[in-house]
Amino acid sequence: MTKVSMSVNGKTVSGDVEGRTLLSEFLREGLRLTGTHIGCDTSQCGACVVHVDGEAVKSCTMLALDAEGAEVRTIEGMANADGSLSVIQQAFQDHHGLQCGFCTPGMVMSAAALLKENPKPTEAEVREYLEGNICRCTGYHNIVKAIMAASGQDVSAIAAE
Amino acid sequence: MPKDHGIGARSKRREDVRFLTGTGHYTDDMAMQGQTYAVMVRSTVAHGKIVSIDTSEAAAMPGVLTIFTGEDFAEVGGNPAGWLIHSRDGSPMREPKRPVLAHGKVRHVGDAYAAVVAETYAQAKDAAEAVAAGTVIEELPAIVDLAAAVANADNRVHDEIPDNLCFDWGWIEDNREAVDAAMKSAEHVTVLELVNNRLVPNAMEPRSSIGEYHPASGEYKLTTTSQNPHLTKLLVCAFVLGIPEHKLTVVAPDVGGGFGSKIYHYGEEALVLAAAKKLGRPVRWTAERTESFLTDAHGRDHVTKIEVGAKKDGEIVAIRTTTLANVGAYLSNFSTATPTFLHGTLMAGPYKVPNVYVNLKAVFTNTAPVDAYRGAGRPEATYSLERAIDKMARELGLDPVEVRRKNLITPDMFPYTTPVALQYDTGNYQATLDKALEMADVAGFEARAAESKARGKLRGLGLSTWIEACGIAPSHLVGQLGSRVGLYDAATVRVSATGTIQVMTGAHSHGQGHETVFAQVVAEKLGIPEENVEIVHGDTSKIPFGMGSYGSRSLAVCGSAIDRAMDKIIDKGKKIAAHMLEASEGDITFENGSFAVAGTDKAKSFGEIAFSAYVPHNYPLETLEPGLEETAFYDPNNFTYPAGAYLCEVEVDPDTGSVDILSFTCADDFGNVMNPMVVEGQVHGGVVQGIGQAMIEHTAYDETGQLLTASYMDYAMPRADDVPMVTVDHSCATPCTHNPLGVKGCGEAGAIGSPPAVVNAVIDALQRGGYAHVTHIDMPLTPSRVWAAMRG
Repeated sequence: MTKVSMSVNGKTVSGDVEGRTLLSEFLREGLRLTGTHIGCDTSQCGACVVHVDGEAVKSCTMLALDAEGAEVRTIEGMANADGSLSVIQQAFQDHHGLQCGFCTPGMVMSAAALLKENPKPTEAEVREYLEGNICRCTGYHNIVKAIMAASGQDVSAIAAE
Repeated sequence: MPKDHGIGARSKRREDVRFLTGTGHYTDDMAMQGQTYAVMVRSTVAHGKIVSIDTSEAAAMPGVLTIFTGEDFAEVGGNPAGWLIHSRDGSPMREPKRPVLAHGKVRHVGDAYAAVVAETYAQAKDAAEAVAAGTVIEELPAIVDLAAAVANADNRVHDEIPDNLCFDWGWIEDNREAVDAAMKSAEHVTVLELVNNRLVPNAMEPRSSIGEYHPASGEYKLTTTSQNPHLTKLLVCAFVLGIPEHKLTVVAPDVGGGFGSKIYHYGEEALVLAAAKKLGRPVRWTAERTESFLTDAHGRDHVTKIEVGAKKDGEIVAIRTTTLANVGAYLSNFSTATPTFLHGTLMAGPYKVPNVYVNLKAVFTNTAPVDAYRGAGRPEATYSLERAIDKMARELGLDPVEVRRKNLITPDMFPYTTPVALQYDTGNYQATLDKALEMADVAGFEARAAESKARGKLRGLGLSTWIEACGIAPSHLVGQLGSRVGLYDAATVRVSATGTIQVMTGAHSHGQGHETVFAQVVAEKLGIPEENVEIVHGDTSKIPFGMGSYGSRSLAVCGSAIDRAMDKIIDKGKKIAAHMLEASEGDITFENGSFAVAGTDKAKSFGEIAFSAYVPHNYPLETLEPGLEETAFYDPNNFTYPAGAYLCEVEVDPDTGSVDILSFTCADDFGNVMNPMVVEGQVHGGVVQGIGQAMIEHTAYDETGQLLTASYMDYAMPRADDVPMVTVDHSCATPCTHNPLGVKGCGEAGAIGSPPAVVNAVIDALQRGGYAHVTHIDMPLTPSRVWAAMRG
């Protein structure tokens, strides 16, 4: 076991981990931050996306020890300081961008990373960026709408309802 | 002005807040004091005789607490099939035992024959590998291909079942001769052989179960990823482990999607309970994704020949289908109903066709069990019909739209009894067809096709007019059809003294939004704010009974039970109001949350009645008991029949065979709609699953029974850039005539109606592009398949 320390959602945390412990396992089992989900074991589904030093990372693809000293942000750290939903989270609720909720944390984390690098993405850009996040419920329609709405764009004309 | 409250409002989902903040509670999120970890030891061969299992090395490994093998469950019961199907000759289906752990033989890759429980997951996993290393399995030839399975009497999945045949079913056998005669004398017969490709449901949350046992009380608790916790409880208690039913609680907490795969009871659920009892500690098991691929019930997997007899003008005179349906290695709980009564009964579609006969053989193979997956039987029926009708129209030189219009049942014909035993209560199939044609701007298609052609691309348009039977299910009907259980549902409405409400429902929400939508239904009827209503689901200790959520039954059946319970609450409220207002009960009216004496200004609010119900001073107890809580059971007297028209527009690249889906348009009739936002979301998701089936999804076993598509790296599922926005409409509503909410169900529609629309569109593009020899391509329509078909 090796000691690892990092900042998670603004708090300094540490724990003893094996060399093989994945960041996703450390977050879920070690810190009990279970909002980060495991959907596939092969880095395909994106349910485990978190931010490491500001970059979107699939936490099942990173060893906990590799996050030593890093700034990690998870879905539990995405709401506003007063506990209210952030703009992206609120847009997902407003536009019904989630159903079962399992892929949702990863979708929100990816959406935040996208809007940071591309504040006004087109529909095609959103779809392309989400290629690493699988949702089986929504057909992506409302996820794409939610992300575009969160970027401040008028989404009423995207598709007829 | 759209409503902002109650039935018909686009109420935002209350469950979203926990899912968006990472505070949902899925099974694998729960930590238990003293928990242990189970890992299953699974067969790596498709078919084999278990010669010996030596667990001694594994048992001595660090942290290992106990090891189970099939031997440990040889004396307990098996996991049963819920429907008894009879073959054409009257004999009952063959039902091999489905044990908790395989015993004697393994019958598919992934079939668990042992399980290890250890202090940590890593220790359990290491020891499971040691068990596998200590096991000798004599490999037998695998039975994978359906036709070969039936043809080869000597190679058997189950030694006692010759021909690997579960049943040979005819629907309806009395129709057979008339159909044969009509087909023989038909002016034109279209024949189409097709494969409905096998799919893996792939809910994003892998299956997971935690067993607990409290020795002092003898009580068990199973926390599990289930769409159907009451059924799991019943099966575990009555059939598999024989636990006294009052000693088991089953909880299905937040569940990350199901699509059918989590309806059923699985062996791992019994295993963690048995292990928890043995160890006196909680035992948890969570599937890795590859385990999900290997052992979740798969969907579809039909090989069908359909014949459509028609007049030269396109009027259908007879339909006959012959199908081999794969049930896999064991019978999953609904596996015998899915290819029969959820499939054969729909083979008339929305058409006034006089003669229909379905023959279906269900076949055992050395593959994972196959059962209901979103739509379940109805997508297979719709695909066969809608592909064949398109082909028939083309062969007769007729417009596929007009051929459908000629054959659609007309609104004046309801209630309409089909030749395959369903009675459609209401519908307007012309309205949804016209709406879809208008929404998709079919009038402008030729101009768009010309524009594509100018770019060297082939544009096509595909239609499907679909119907389903859902709201599962009228118990008296399904009883006649072989169901071993009634499929009614139950609800309790509990009003507290302060007027807030808990509704205990037998439905289970795993993405559908029941916590929001059911609260809208309750708020509307009782005239109270939605936020005063809490929906409780997924816990057998809190809910009287229930049959879970699948078959688009949640609102139609469970919602109707809630409506019935509210009727009883209102009746009781009237009694209380009569007492408080010193009026006759018959004179009390209830409207907008107020109990009033008719014709006077005397009234009591819902809250005043609730308060009085719990703190009365002077109730005449002989005639008026305190309390305001009612339970109701609702059994539908028919299925519901949602229907609609779907149009898909595609562009094919003739150089590569790749297909772009340009637009997808849905005009649906779901009857009354409680929350349009949620309904639209259900259609979006269903359509994209159907596009997945049509375009990229495929479950491939090789000839030795190895699953080649056992991870997300091998099994393609739609991603955001594979699909377009989905244009939806549900304005052509004909409310269901026999449930109190007038609802029909919307969860499966998209997956039922969309695959044939996609394939019809691609065939249309190729035909228009001069590839007249391409009349059919089996799904999924990958570029290689399309390219190969074009080159004939």
